[in-house]
Amino acid sequence: MKKSRVIQLLGLILIGVLVGLGYSQRATTDASESITAVGSTALQPLVEAAGEQYSSEHTGIFINVQGGGSGTGLSQIQSGAVAIGNSDVFAEEQSGINASKLKDHQVAVVGIAPIINKKTGVTNLTSQQLKAIFTGKVNNWQAVGGHNLPIVLINRAQGSGTRKTFESYALNGQKSADSQEQDSSGLARSIVASTPGAISYVAFSYLDTSVTALKVNGVRPTKANVKTNRWHIWSYEHLYTSLQPDPLTKKFINYILSAAVQEKLVKQLGYISVHDMHVQRSATGKITTVK
Amino acid sequence: MDKIRASLLKKSIASKIERRGKIISLTCLALIILVVFLIFYFVASRGLATFFQNHINFWQFLSGTQWNPGTTGTNGQPAVGALPMIVGSFLITILSALVATPFAIGTAVFMTEISPRRGAQILRPVTELLVGIPSVVYGFIGLQVVVPFVRNTFGGSGYGILSGTFVLFVMILPTVTSMSADALNAVPRYYREASLALGATRWQTIYKVVLRAAIPGMLTAIVFGMARAFGEALAVQMVIGNATLLPQNLVSPASTLTSILTMGIGNTVMGSLQNNALWSLAMILLLMSLVFNMVIRYIGRKGKLNNER
Amino acid sequence: MNAKRIDKIATGVLYAIAAFVVIILVALLGYILVQGVPEISWHFLTSPALSFEAGGGIGIQLFNSFYLLFLALLISLPISLGAGIYLNEYAPQNTITGLIRTTIEILSSLPSVVVGLFGYLFFVVQFKLGFSILSGAFALTVFNLPILTRSIEEALANISNDQREAGYALGLSRWETVTKIVVPAALPSIITGVVLSAGRIFGEAAALIYTAGQSAPALNFHDWNPFNISSPLSPMRPAETLAVHIWKINSEGIMPDAKAVSAGASAVLIIAVLLFNFLARWLGKRLYKHLTAE
Repeated sequence: MKKSRVIQLLGLILIGVLVGLGYSQRATTDASESITAVGSTALQPLVEAAGEQYSSEHTGIFINVQGGGSGTGLSQIQSGAVAIGNSDVFAEEQSGINASKLKDHQVAVVGIAPIINKKTGVTNLTSQQLKAIFTGKVNNWQAVGGHNLPIVLINRAQGSGTRKTFESYALNGQKSADSQEQDSSGLARSIVASTPGAISYVAFSYLDTSVTALKVNGVRPTKANVKTNRWHIWSYEHLYTSLQPDPLTKKFINYILSAAVQEKLVKQLGYISVHDMHVQRSATGKITTVK
Repeated sequence: MDKIRASLLKKSIASKIERRGKIISLTCLALIILVVFLIFYFVASRGLATFFQNHINFWQFLSGTQWNPGTTGTNGQPAVGALPMIVGSFLITILSALVATPFAIGTAVFMTEISPRRGAQILRPVTELLVGIPSVVYGFIGLQVVVPFVRNTFGGSGYGILSGTFVLFVMILPTVTSMSADALNAVPRYYREASLALGATRWQTIYKVVLRAAIPGMLTAIVFGMARAFGEALAVQMVIGNATLLPQNLVSPASTLTSILTMGIGNTVMGSLQNNALWSLAMILLLMSLVFNMVIRYIGRKGKLNNER
Repeated sequence: MNAKRIDKIATGVLYAIAAFVVIILVALLGYILVQGVPEISWHFLTSPALSFEAGGGIGIQLFNSFYLLFLALLISLPISLGAGIYLNEYAPQNTITGLIRTTIEILSSLPSVVVGLFGYLFFVVQFKLGFSILSGAFALTVFNLPILTRSIEEALANISNDQREAGYALGLSRWETVTKIVVPAALPSIITGVVLSAGRIFGEAAALIYTAGQSAPALNFHDWNPFNISSPLSPMRPAETLAVHIWKINSEGIMPDAKAVSAGASAVLIIAVLLFNFLARWLGKRLYKHLTAE
């Protein structure tokens, strides 16, 4: 009994000493700073990769990137809990957010394309047909020139950035019919690939040979067409900060906007650099040409 | 005064230890209860905001069939009708429990009564292993195997209550099986010996004695299985289709409370109606599991009484 | 029909049911392993994940999973052991105890995403722990407590009263009887409970997405000082676990080999749970022998 007490006591002292030792030996570089960016899962890989590059070039700086969705990102930056809120949508479009209190940094452009199962027999739709399909007026591929197959609509989750963009620019603001929903691009793609007659939409970076990317009004969903706005269905990726971001945040955002990230990472990840765009679009959808 | 105190405390070392032990264990329990109440408070405070801040009629919330919190429905109020999700959750939970129970109990009986050796060597480790498979993996196998199977056999797009039921059946099977086996193992040996000594066959012993004595334990197992089915989100979300429509049949796309909750929560802003409405779903989920638990408890108590008489 | 015939038929049916269940379970495991095992290599197990190129591994995620499991069990096991002891040994059999049991069962039926969001608002934001292993461990504790308490309580209840009476007869207090006789005797079933809940922790994703985070920053495996942020032992760093990683690459992954990584990671997860099972059982047996036979 007594012996075990002594051992217990010794153990406790040992742990105490080790903790103390660890604490006193911790890395105390003055430059050790960190910023946290939270939000859009679609934007997460880009910010994460940029953060890693930035940390490797500036020792002691740590960029903490988390997902959680655009809504989470915007509410976190609004409450001031994080330095950067990542979002797929304009803060103005998100209810419950006071956009005038936030500063918008557009860091990339993402194109969105309708995708369909390969065995539908359709490669091109007019925007009228697309609208008719997504609002539920047409429910067989035969009506738009395809095989005799019922149309299976796969929408993205309500409130998701991709769905907002698609409804605004592909359906001209009309709401799509109640249908199946999925909340991630990867899942939407694999469901379309395996379900006969399925149609959905994903960002360009998710396009692959397992599905057919549709042409709309004969325009192909390519980066070149997005740059000139011939392809209308695209959106910005935003980093939101407070109106007066701290110096480190400012530096990091400038880094993302620099050629080192825009020319390499942005392209590798399937986005379009904001510097390459020939047009600019405001939160209300107004298009202006950039010289 | 001090004397009394001193004499009370000084009774014996054993009683000191005893009191300390009791306090420690009670503290642990209190901590759990505290956590439960914190969560309740937290879910309720968010979930009730829909009705008190956003002034949604509670009955309309329960009976409405339109779900699109960002927009107004046909009656001019925000479209927050949770009925499709409530029906979906209920159906899928009950169906999967109905399918899983006979298999789970059969397997548990096999493990404990027919072939305990094989049960211990093969079945138990395998079932315990399955508990650790992440629900995402179940979902993906469901997507690759179950959905095409349902589509080719029963028609429709393959996404719907039926696919969800199959996936949940496999998911809750290990839980229900191992807990039922525990319940059967807890039946004292002399029950079986007494029955066999009376000349009953093995099956008669199982059916008339062991199973009945284990009813409350097995009901708990089923509750736990149903609870898991009820709260499961990621796997169901992949195969049920997530359409906020009232299920027309078992193969039409439907949705559950959890699937809509998980999908939407990241896309909404804390404090907005859309977000509050999702928390109301979580609250419904809590209330419904409360009701479930009470019903099963009631049945369990009845079963026990009949059994003892 | 005579009873013997029915007995035979019933036995046959039970055999069939058990065989059917085994086939389902084995097919499931086989499916995962056959798809995943070919992807596993030393490189895969040790190298960090790549977000958009092929050839990434799961080294950091694997370590995170184990560390998080360890921390979560470290917090939840003592609490649920205490609670289980109180419920089984001290609590009077009345309505309040019944109510408490119901509360615990309800906690266990909470969807893990609600637990995750609770953890997010409570630990991450309120307590300012940030997206960290510690937040994740607390969330997992919330998630884990009911099932662990329940299984410990059951394990204790299955110890026959003779053992307790023997303890009292020796003049031991109730607490001593419980800690020295009942708990050691119940150890094998307690271990089973721990293994089961460990499996659930290992595979849990939804509760961790908002608490431990979904990013796995590079770790410095030469620095074992828990106070440094890049140390593997630091409880304050964000930590994506294996299950979260599988979820993430399946839903948003854009690396070309996403399918292979996900299949490999699933297989690794199962093998890890399997190893954990064996280890815990072996340890339990040793401990059981040590505590009871001596």
